[in-house]
This record gives sequence, C-alpha cells and structure tokens, in this order.
Amino acid sequence: MSPRRSTSGGLIDRTRTVRFTFDGENLSGHAGDTLASALLANGVSLMGRSFKYHRPRGVFSAGVDEPNALVTLLRGGVREPNIPATQIEIYDGLRAESQNRFPSLAWDLGAVNQLGGRLIGAGFYYKTFMGPVIGPLKGTRFWMMCEHFIRRAAGLGRADYEADPSRYERVNAFCDVLVVGGGIAGLMAAEAAAKAGKRVILAEQEPVTGGFARWSGETNEGKQAHEWASNLTARLASLDNVRLLTRTAVWGYYDGNTLAALERVHDHVARTPKGHPRQRHWTIRATDVVLATGALERPIVFPGNDRPGVMLAGAARRYAAEFGILPGNRTIFFTNNDSAYEAAATIKRAGGHVAAIVDVRARISSAASELATAAGVSPLTGHAIVGTKCGKTLSRVFVQAYDAASGTLSGDARPLECDSLAVSGGWQPVLHLASQAGAKPVWDEEKQAFLPPEPTQRWAGAGAFLGTFGTVDALGSGRDAGLKCAGKRPSRGKLPEIAPEPLDLTPAPVLEIRGKGKAFVDFQHDVIADDVRLAHREGFVSVEHLKRYTTLGMATDQGKTSNVPGLAIMAAARGITIPEAGTTRFRPPYSPVAIGAMAAERYGDLKPERYTPIHDWHVDHGAEMTPAGLWHRPLVYAAAGETVEQAYIREAAAVRRSVGIVDVSTLGKIAVKGPDAATFLDRVYTNTFSTLKVGKARYGLMLREDGIAFDDGTTWRLGETDFLMTTTTANAGAVMQHLEYCLDILWPELKVHLTSVTDQWAGAAIAGPKARAVLERCVTGTRVDNETLPFMGIVHGEIEGAPVMICRLSFSGELAYEVYCAAGYGTLIWEALMEAGEPFDITPYGMEALGALRIEKGHVTGAEIDGRTTARDLYLDWMLSKKKPFIGSGLMDRPALIDKNRLRLVGVISLDGQKLGGGAHLVERGTPDEPGESIGHVTAFCYSPALQKYIGLALVRGGKARHGTRAYLSDPLRKRFGQVEIVSHHLFDPDGERMHG
Amino acid sequence: MLIDCPHCGPRDLAEFSYQGDATRTRPDLASTDTKAWLDYVYHRPNPAGRHREFWQHAGGCRAHLVVERDTLTHEIFTVSFARKTSGGDAA
Ligand SMILES: [Zn+2]
Repeated sequence: MSPRRSTSGGLIDRTRTVRFTFDGENLSGHAGDTLASALLANGVSLMGRSFKYHRPRGVFSAGVDEPNALVTLLRGGVREPNIPATQIEIYDGLRAESQNRFPSLAWDLGAVNQLGGRLIGAGFYYKTFMGPVIGPLKGTRFWMMCEHFIRRAAGLGRADYEADPSRYERVNAFCDVLVVGGGIAGLMAAEAAAKAGKRVILAEQEPVTGGFARWSGETNEGKQAHEWASNLTARLASLDNVRLLTRTAVWGYYDGNTLAALERVHDHVARTPKGHPRQRHWTIRATDVVLATGALERPIVFPGNDRPGVMLAGAARRYAAEFGILPGNRTIFFTNNDSAYEAAATIKRAGGHVAAIVDVRARISSAASELATAAGVSPLTGHAIVGTKCGKTLSRVFVQAYDAASGTLSGDARPLECDSLAVSGGWQPVLHLASQAGAKPVWDEEKQAFLPPEPTQRWAGAGAFLGTFGTVDALGSGRDAGLKCAGKRPSRGKLPEIAPEPLDLTPAPVLEIRGKGKAFVDFQHDVIADDVRLAHREGFVSVEHLKRYTTLGMATDQGKTSNVPGLAIMAAARGITIPEAGTTRFRPPYSPVAIGAMAAERYGDLKPERYTPIHDWHVDHGAEMTPAGLWHRPLVYAAAGETVEQAYIREAAAVRRSVGIVDVSTLGKIAVKGPDAATFLDRVYTNTFSTLKVGKARYGLMLREDGIAFDDGTTWRLGETDFLMTTTTANAGAVMQHLEYCLDILWPELKVHLTSVTDQWAGAAIAGPKARAVLERCVTGTRVDNETLPFMGIVHGEIEGAPVMICRLSFSGELAYEVYCAAGYGTLIWEALMEAGEPFDITPYGMEALGALRIEKGHVTGAEIDGRTTARDLYLDWMLSKKKPFIGSGLMDRPALIDKNRLRLVGVISLDGQKLGGGAHLVERGTPDEPGESIGHVTAFCYSPALQKYIGLALVRGGKARHGTRAYLSDPLRKRFGQVEIVSHHLFDPDGERMHG
Repeated sequence: MLIDCPHCGPRDLAEFSYQGDATRTRPDLASTDTKAWLDYVYHRPNPAGRHREFWQHAGGCRAHLVVERDTLTHEIFTVSFARKTSGGDAA
C-alpha cells in the first residue's frame, strides 16, 4: 500500500482504483479522492512553487481555501491552469501538471529569487510600474525591459492559446429560500424551510453534502455524523420543492437577492457527455437566503511556515478522517486554540504518531488535556514554533518558550524532529457573501474573529458562519434560519443528540510569532509579515492601500487564509486594534469562475445570427458570406479560381459597365408615422423633411447632441404622415433607440409612432447603366421611365405578381434603384430581377464591390462616421439646415468642432501601384523605420476598376487644403511605406452625371 | 437589480438599457445658449445615493422609464413612465 494511506477508514471507495498522472508520472488513488489527497497518499508532498520566490510548497488545506497546490489540468488537448488540487476529483486518465517551475518542480531555477532576498520585496511591481522618477531608468521604459523576464518567472499557470472547446450554459432560477452551504446547518435550514412549504435550492460547493460532518467523527442520534447527513440529504432530495445542487459554488451575492453560482457539472469525469455542458452558470433570485458557509481555519504566521509538510490542523484532520491519509510519520501540532487537539486525537486514531502539541497558551481546558492524552502526548504549553528546517520535506521545527500575554520569546530555541506540522490559528467565519451583499463584518475581541453584522439584504446566517462553532449550534441555528425564512418563529423542538460535546474554540489572540526568516502571510502571493510592516513604514497603512501595495489577498484564493493575519500584523505595527485597522470588502467571485461559463451561449455556435430572406440564394450561388454585426452578408461571389480581389473587381466593373444587383435587406428600416412625423424628422435630421413631397425620398444625416455625426440614410415619404426611414446596417438598433428616447423624453407632445420594420422588408439594389432596362423587363403596374421615376422618386408596382416599392437612389453613383418587397417574397423578386437582367449579364455583387463602388464615389459609411467626425469634417455642411434647430445644432459650432486643422475627408491614390491599408497613417515625410508625425489615417481602401488604381478614403488634417499634395502611407503592421496623392474624395464621376442620366 | 416596469412587471436588469440622468433639463430646441447645452450634454452630478435615471425596457415594451434608485445600494424607490401619456395610451 501507499506510504501515507491508513489501512482502513475514511469515505473513499477502496475497492475502486483510479489512475492518473502528475507531471507525467503514473499514480493511482481511490474513488472519492481529490487530487490533493491522492498525491498525499502517493507520498507526493511537493506540489508547486510559490509565485515570487519559487519556494517549494505542499498542500496547505483540504478545500476551497488552498493557496499553494495549484495545478494545470490537461483535458482533451486544452490546458486549464490554477486549479486547486484540493478541488479536483480524480478520474481515470486525469492528467495534471505542477506550475510555476522551470525546468522541473524539484529543481527550479527560479528559486534563485530567494537568494536575491529583498530584490522582489513588497511594492516591487508597484514601484516598477511607476518606474524611477529620475535617472537613466526613468519612467516606464525600465518596466518594459524587466517585463519580459518577470512574466516568465512570476505568474501562475500558463493559459492556453487554443480556443476552449467546452460547452457552458447559463440558467436562471427562482426560489423562496436559497441555502448556501450543505453542511449540517445548511441541511437543517433547507429541511425546516422545505417542511414549511417553501421552494428551496441548496447549493454545496463540494461533491457531497455534509461538510464538517464528513470528518468530525461525531455521532448524531447514535449514527455516524456523515451517515446522518447523507440520510437527511436523501430525504431532502426526495422532496418536490427542494433542488439540491452539489459541486456548485455560490460565488456572488448581488443586490435584489440575486446570487451567482457555478456548477461544475462534468469536471469530475474524463469526458463531458455529448450535448452536456462542462459547467453551468446559475443566476438565482431568492426571496430569502440562508448563509451557512461555515468557517475557514487561519494559519499562524511564523518563520518558515510555508514549508512542504506544513498544513492546517483542520486539513490534517480531514485528510485522516475523510480520505484515510496521515499527514506524516511524525506530526507536530502548533495551535492557539482547542481545535488542534481534536485533530491530533483524530490522527492518532487513524494510526498516526503525534510527536508534540505546541500551544502558545499557558493553560488549556480539561477537554483539551483529555484529547492530548488520547493523542498520546502531553502538550507543550506556553511555547511557540520559531522556525522550521526542510530538506526535501520538513525535517524539524524549533520551539521556544513564549508568553502569549506579552508576545515575547524566552530561553533557547530547541529542535523537535517531525515530518509534518499541523497549524491552527483559530477559525474565521466565511463572510464573503455577506460582505458582497453590503454588510460590514464586525470584529469580536472575545472570539478573535470577524462576525457577520445585521443583514443588509434578506439573509439569515446559520452554523459556523455565525461564529458559533460546533455541531449543536449548527443544528439549532440552521433550523432557526430555515424557519425564519419561512416566516416562522425559532423552534423549541428537540434537536438530534450529538456526541461528543463540542469544544470551545476561542483562540488566544496570537496570530504571529516574530523571529528570523520569512514568515508568510499570503502564501499564494508570497507576501511575508515584513512586507506588511514595510508597507506600514512607507505609509500604505489603510487596508485597501496595504492590499494593493503588497498584493496581500489579491491572488486567486482572495486571501481566504491571509486576510485576518495580515490585518493583525498591520494593526500591531500601527499600535491599534484589528477593527481600527479595518477589514476589506470582499468582491465576487468567492472562488474562480471560468470566463467561458459567464459567456456561455453568447459565444461561438450559440450566438444569434441573422440571415436575410435571400440568404440561401447567395449561398447556393457561390457567395462567400461574411459577418456584418449579427448579419451574414455576401462578401463576393467568386468564380472558380478567383481570389476575393479579382472577384470584387469583376463585380464592381460589371456595375459600371452594365448592371449589378446587391442584397440590401440588412439596412435598418423604421416606419415613422403620425400627424407630427414630418416635424419629428425635421428635429432629428440636420436637413429638412417636412418639405419632401409624397412619393419622394431624401438623403438625411443625424447628429448626436454633442454635434458629432451619428448616422445617415434615406427616408422615403410614402404618405402625408407616413415615412419609411432607412439607417445603416450597423446602427439600426442605436437609431431606433435614439428616436424612441426623443419621443418618450424630449418631445412627448409629438404624435408619432415608431415601428422597426427591418425584418419585414427584403431589399435589392439594382445598379448600373442597364438598371432601368432590367426593371422595364419585369415590373408591372407602373412605368419606370425618367419622368415617372425620377432621381429620388418612389413608385409602387408588381414583380411576378408580388407588390414592390421602388425608389431610385444610388450608393454606387450609377443609375440605381432599390426594390423592396415583403420579406417572404425576397427570393422570388431577386430571381425575377436576375432573370430580367440576363440579357445584360446582370452580376450579383457583395460587400467588397459595394465598398469599392462607394469609395470611388466618396460616399461615407461607419468607417468615416466613426463617432469623432462632424458633418463639416465629411463635407456634408450642405446638409446642415440654417432654417431650423435640430439635434446637435446647439453644439456643432463649438470652436474645436470647426477648427481648420481637424481631420477631414479626402481621397487618396496610391502612387506606387501597391495596395493601401485600412487604419494606416499618413505622414508628410520620414522613412519606413522613422515615419514622421501622422497627419491622418486611411479609413477605407480598394482597387478601383473605374480608375485602374489603388485608392482610398482618408481623414487628414486640413482636408481639402491638401488636395493635390503628396504624403506617405506608413503602415508598420503590414510593413508598408509608400507614396500617395491626396485628392478630392469624389474620386470618380464627381458631377454625378451617371446616376442622374 | 429588478426594475418593476409599469407595463410588464418586475424584470431583470438585463432587459433594460441605461438612458442617462433624468434630472437634467434639455435647453429649448431653438436655444443658442452654448453653456446651457454644454451643461445638458456633459455635466453630471453623479450622486452617491438617491438618484433619478432613465431606463428603457429595451428587451420588453421599449418604454422609457424614470427609475428613482440609490446608486450605492441599488435599492429602487419608484418606477414610472418617462412619457406620462404612454401609460394612458396603452390602457
Ligand atoms: Zn416593459
């Protein structure tokens, strides 16, 4: 058998062997083991290297508070770093790796950081980030130099570059009572509330409920405590109004009694079954909450307290009782309270050897004495551990006489042989959720712990959370909390009988033994007691400053073990009490949450997608689709062997030569109706719509209140009080919301109704010299000649018997029409137009050709209306009505917005025959390596079939004033530097003869 | 945060869009007082405590609401239609 496993006992299934690897070594454990317990069973005591000093570390706890034993899991080719080994249930084929070591865990080069001593002291990152104020290393340059090396040495596990293939899901749930914590108190609360008819959810972060009962060794009503707990759990599970969630950590408590939880659905099996999520994110709204989150044991801070082989006394007890594992061959206990005595007795019962119990207190209770006797030792009271010695594992500790009242050591330090040390600095209730909910913990001098205050939301505390430790209190306070949430009074009913009597766990107020050597407060972030005192000397005395300066409590364990000792040391340094030193407010999450679980179905395959009514036709006809927001639009319809560039050049050329057709169904469409519709449009557009005649359309521009351009599009007057507004595809939602805001809040007196009709209409634009000829071949019920359908005119007719609305407007600069029909007729109309266009070799075109055509014409889109440009910057001043006020007119003439040197719209032509690049800067002079100062940037570019050149649009300082001058395109990302000519943005057909023809 | 929409009942925050400070007064449409416009567009008191804000029930009835709430605790005191006629019209 393995060196550390006892021959019997524990709740593991010894008949089932589970095989796994750690750093490539084949190991085995039993069903029910965590990775930490299985590694201990195999004699592995070194499980990681510390963050800053790369000190060897072993497992320190047995649960969610683990600061040391963080590992990387390898699942299906994906690495998941920084998982506490205490939280990993082993399964056949599990593969784990240690972290933060190079080249190997046992032999780590980074451990030389220890020799550097103060080199990476407190505030190292802080000071380095700020950089020296003077001298050659001034500023951030020094940081940038160091960063490369620090990144390698510091930090925890490495994240993966691969996409996470796991599935996550999100669930909303509602209940009357949410019980957080499935220990004795939580189970009692859930039962009491459920019996009163309440809908109950009970969430337990561990795989099995029971909590402390699983390793207490107590008997409840004559039964083993863990059996009693599992029987109660089974009864609860059978109730219709109770939902039990195990492996579910409630990690956030928000306002309105909304809580967030993470369920690790399939992390404990090798492969997630098909169709199941790996993890599930719960948003739970509860009328009442029971916080039965228990307590965590605190360490004592003393020199060398981080050696492998040092662990919390409660953890040692749990490993022995629940997993049948002994912490070592010779275990020493070091404590300031009675709970370590129970742990010592448990180790002895499990077959271990307790070498000593060192207690800082001069006197101990008779109950503790009896337990010491049971453990086979007489306690060394009035003593403290002042140092440890460690080879591969812990080999001895040094003890010295200690006076707890004065905190002074006396006499000589003498060695005691041991290979494991179990430490208890007392217990701290887990108040994280209560703190998140807005309550400020209260320090209790008697109990030497922060206790929950009066609730600020509807929650009730139960069990060790209240600072009342022991099963009797847990049973009573749990039941009462459940009753309270059910609106009932505390019960006087008999509670299950517990044996033996619980101990009083009040500790002596000793959390640090000062001596020579590094004494760790925050194990995960390598913060030592002297760092806290350094922070004090340098003036970072408030808790929030202390945290940021030393990074105390800011690691992934959120200072679960370090918080109180850190405060105690700062309080002592300042000569004030712990409550005067303060407590930090805990923030979500209580335990780490994968980002994938929060994103869940909003990411990847499950995010919503929008298809136009003509989508299938595009796909069937070889379109390469590209995302445009949530929409999918054709990029190009590439013929066999054609590149994207060849395809769009062919498509755009076909439009200029004959005729092309493009799907414009994605444009935002808003029906604006009502007696005040025209007045409304006059206010939201910079130009006038009240003068627009029925049956005509007009190009409109909207500004924001601050005078910056917002969106553009055409609006069609279909009737006296009936307008159809179109918006850009990207801004459809924002424009709708803006208009609704205006009507609801700015001008509620206007009688206007808005309806989003984007999805109701399908649209196709026909563009090119032959566009009219195409319509003539298929449109019935109306003529489409220049007189009936002039530029910006609208007619109603039919194609293939389906009603259509046709507006003559042009984005491409050609003779062009937009044909709209009910969405369901989209493909019918499209195919009819294709057929009618056959004699003219009608060419469907995609986004790329659409872009090329508009760049040639200098028409703006979101690339130019980028939230920084004004109408004047885009030379759209002619659209700013002087006759009426409109949104944005109040601020659009501010000096900074009409400055001559603003970035304004121009065209650019490549002079070296090479492509331009979107976002590339333009400079007046310089070289590829040392470009001069930027005068602007390229917003869009293409190859222009009409001009046979690479062209683009750009925003440059001074705009028009630079027409005819030359500049350089500087694009270091694409390694491109070349000369361009700055010209008018009306690059092609500046007088618009083609579209009016 | 749960906002009790007068049309739809209590709904999750995720259904609403924040639409700004409801204590501002927009200058008259034709106003040319630049300072008044700058105040309206840029200046916010950002109070810690009781505050009135516009929220749009964007994922529901799309009405703009005036929500009076505590910015520190998120406690909501009152919710009403921003457009007073809106409720009447709907009813
Ligand atoms: Zn609503």
